[in-house]
Amino acid sequence: MSAGRNGRGGSGWAGVRAVAAAALLAFATGCATTNGGDPRDPLEGFNRSMYAFNEAFDDAIAKPVATAYKSVTPEPVRGWVRNFFANLADVFIGLNNLLQGKPLDAATDWARFAFNSTLGVLGINDVASDMGLEKHNEDFGQTFGRWGVGNGAYIVWPILGSSTARDSVGLLLDAYVDPVRRHEPADARAFAGLLRAVGHRADLLDASRILEEAALDKYIFQRDAYLQRRRGLIYDGNPPRDATSRARGQPRAADADRPFEEPAARAPAPRAANSYEPREPANYAAVLAASRVRH
Amino acid sequence: MFRNAGSAAAARGLAVALAFGAASAAPAQEITPPDVLVKTVTLEVVEIVRSDKDIQAGDRKKVVALIETRVLPHFNFAAMTASAVGTHWAKASAEQKARLTDEFRNLMVRTYASSIAAYKNQKFDFRPLRAKATDTDVTVNVRVLQSGTEPVKIDYDMEKTARGWKVWDVRVADISLTASYRTEFANVVRDAGIDGLIRTLQAKNQKAGEAPAGRS
Repeated sequence: MSAGRNGRGGSGWAGVRAVAAAALLAFATGCATTNGGDPRDPLEGFNRSMYAFNEAFDDAIAKPVATAYKSVTPEPVRGWVRNFFANLADVFIGLNNLLQGKPLDAATDWARFAFNSTLGVLGINDVASDMGLEKHNEDFGQTFGRWGVGNGAYIVWPILGSSTARDSVGLLLDAYVDPVRRHEPADARAFAGLLRAVGHRADLLDASRILEEAALDKYIFQRDAYLQRRRGLIYDGNPPRDATSRARGQPRAADADRPFEEPAARAPAPRAANSYEPREPANYAAVLAASRVRH
Repeated sequence: MFRNAGSAAAARGLAVALAFGAASAAPAQEITPPDVLVKTVTLEVVEIVRSDKDIQAGDRKKVVALIETRVLPHFNFAAMTASAVGTHWAKASAEQKARLTDEFRNLMVRTYASSIAAYKNQKFDFRPLRAKATDTDVTVNVRVLQSGTEPVKIDYDMEKTARGWKVWDVRVADISLTASYRTEFANVVRDAGIDGLIRTLQAKNQKAGEAPAGRS
């Protein structure tokens, strides 16, 4: 796992431009490597080489630095760092909630910012959560998704990691409005960006170890997890059930050749909170039978 | 276990299952409701993890034992494996299904053990269950609350069986445990068949078993 979504902006605008240039170059080479793979991932060849690069970068630099950071800072300090940047982010999380037609959530985000910046001492304490003002996770990519923009191709960026065509555009906007990127002077900006990225990677140390243990092919596991996660985020945790929980062993002729479905193409309606859809699995007897063999 | 028993046992199991399935149509008494079950088991496990010094020191064997005794009885691994294997499940023989289930189960236990090892006093928010009393397939929502980040959702897809409510998928932050494996498994099956997938999972589990326990 590379520095991840929230670790972006560490190298500033120049970094983003360099990444964009690298991407253009890679599109030219990557397009040739589509041999009947996943339709969501036409750039798999390029993506896999970027993934390998990110893995190497992570092993050589990001992970050791994050591990060192974790060992020299006590958890309360890491919490302050995490909260400080999370608090800055709440401003544009609120804007994105507003753009997605959720004014109440936006009001919550800005109230969080107000309370945490003052009572929480420049945001290092998340007092708003204790007051019952829940934090949200929004960005421009999610806003576009909410507006009906599909994922587009899955893309792995150097350092930044998993993204999609839509989320990459979102990422550019996120980086553009990022208060850290706009901070003067440059020294403080670089320090803040680096601290945020390192802190973020440190928070993911456990998760990346679990990924290491769980996945057969880390690239595919992480890609599928990213796409599921983004889909969940766009629907604020209530994605329509069937595209992710569907297959459950039922033989479907259409799926044999095309095991994936672009969620956006199904134009599903957001589900109400905690709703459910009872289903009768077709292979229930067989499943029970197989489970009984063990006992 | 069943590896020696072979397909005869599998056939026997199937017969028993079918008979059992017919019997289970009668109303079952005293089945713990799914949301109560999730809450009880979660709090129980967390309490043990909190109070056990060996587990906190990274005793992997104890974590695995904890999962085996407290958590696994409430999981329907055959259904989880079926979901992860997807469309190819129907083509597998009963013995292949049993072996796949066994390997997938081991994989899940290891992953779960790592997750428990990463637990650090987060609080849980058990959401009220929205389901009718007659429903046989529900989702139980739990949220893990932590300072500075949005709550992490954990959704348990559960199904009513003759032996109580069983989990057949877990979604953490909307990432389904079974769906995440579907593409990987499909790729392996396409290239090497069901037996190839069994071999791959065996190799993965063995390799991880050799790694030093409690590595951080």
